[in-house]
Amino acid sequence: MEIRLNGETRAVEDGLSVADLVASLGLGGRRVAVELNREILAREDYPATRLSAGDVVEVVQFVGGG
Amino acid sequence: MDGEDDFELGGRRYRSRLIVGTGKYADFAETRRAIDASGAEIVTVAVRRVNVTDPGRENLLDHVPPEIFTILPNTAGCYTAEEAIRTARLAREAGVGNLVKIEVIGDEKTLFPDVPATIEASRVLVKEGFLVLPYVTDDPVACRRLEDVGCAAVMPLAAPIGSGLGIRNPYNLKIIIEQSRVPVIVDAGVGCASDAARALELGCDAVLMNTAIAGARDPILMAEAMRLGVEAGRRSFLAGRIPRKLHASASSPIEGMLD
Repeated sequence: MEIRLNGETRAVEDGLSVADLVASLGLGGRRVAVELNREILAREDYPATRLSAGDVVEVVQFVGGG
Repeated sequence: MDGEDDFELGGRRYRSRLIVGTGKYADFAETRRAIDASGAEIVTVAVRRVNVTDPGRENLLDHVPPEIFTILPNTAGCYTAEEAIRTARLAREAGVGNLVKIEVIGDEKTLFPDVPATIEASRVLVKEGFLVLPYVTDDPVACRRLEDVGCAAVMPLAAPIGSGLGIRNPYNLKIIIEQSRVPVIVDAGVGCASDAARALELGCDAVLMNTAIAGARDPILMAEAMRLGVEAGRRSFLAGRIPRKLHASASSPIEGMLD
C-alpha cells in the first residue's frame, strides 16, 4: 500500500505499525515526533497504531536553528 | 558573583545569560565548539521533517545532548498561529521539555513578527502548559499583552533577524525592561560583543543570538567574545554607571599642583 511520508509517496507493507515505520527509518529511540493525518501521535501509541493506505504521516526531528 | 546572580527562567536557574542558536554552522562539531566557547546553557533548535531518503544521518542532539543543555525549540518559518502551535506541540512530543520559542513571521523580507498571531499562539500554548518565550517587536504594548497571556519571558528584537545592526531602539527596550515582571531577553539583531554588552547594560536579563556567532569569520572566537560581552554588560549594569555630564570633571586632584 502507499502512504504519504513527509510529503513523498512511499510504498510500505500493509498494516505496518508506526513503530516499525520509525524503526525502518533508523529513528527508533530517537527524539522524533510523528503526526498521523494531522494528529500528533503519542510515543506509547506507535506499536499499536497500524497505517492504512493513503495515510499522511509526518516525522520531524530537531535541526540547527536560531 | 558565583551563584548570586543566576538567570531564572521557567523555574530553573542558569549561570549564563547568553542563549545561542544552532543554525548556520559548518557542521555539528563546530556547533558544539561554539556553544562551549559561548558558555550558553540554553540552545535553540528548529523542528523540521526528517529526510526520509537519508534518515540515518547524524542528529544535532547527538552533539548537543538534552542531558547537558536546555533545549529551546523554535517555530521559525511559521507564518500563522496555527502553524506555530502545531510545531510547538510536535517539539514537545519529541521529548525535550515544555520550553518553546514562539516565532510567527509576518513579513518575508524583514522577518518581523506578526504580533497578533504571536499573541494568539502564545495564549493557546500557555494554556497547554508550555513555557512560552515569544519573539516580538520592541513594542512595549505588544510585550505587555504577551506577559498578560502568561508568557514566561518576552523576547523583543534589537534589530531584524540576522541583520547585525545592533540595538536600534534602546529607549523602547528600557521601557519594556521597566514594565516587565518576566525576564526580558533580546532576541535578534546583535552583531558584535559590544551589542551584547549594551543589551545587558540596559538591564535585559539575557540575550539570544545565532548569526552573530555562526556568521563570524571565526565563530569560536566570536562565541567567546559574546560570553565576555554578556558578562561585562551584566556587571556594568549591576555596578551602576555614572551619570552623563556635558562638561569635564577632573579625575586628578587640584591640590598639590606645582606653581
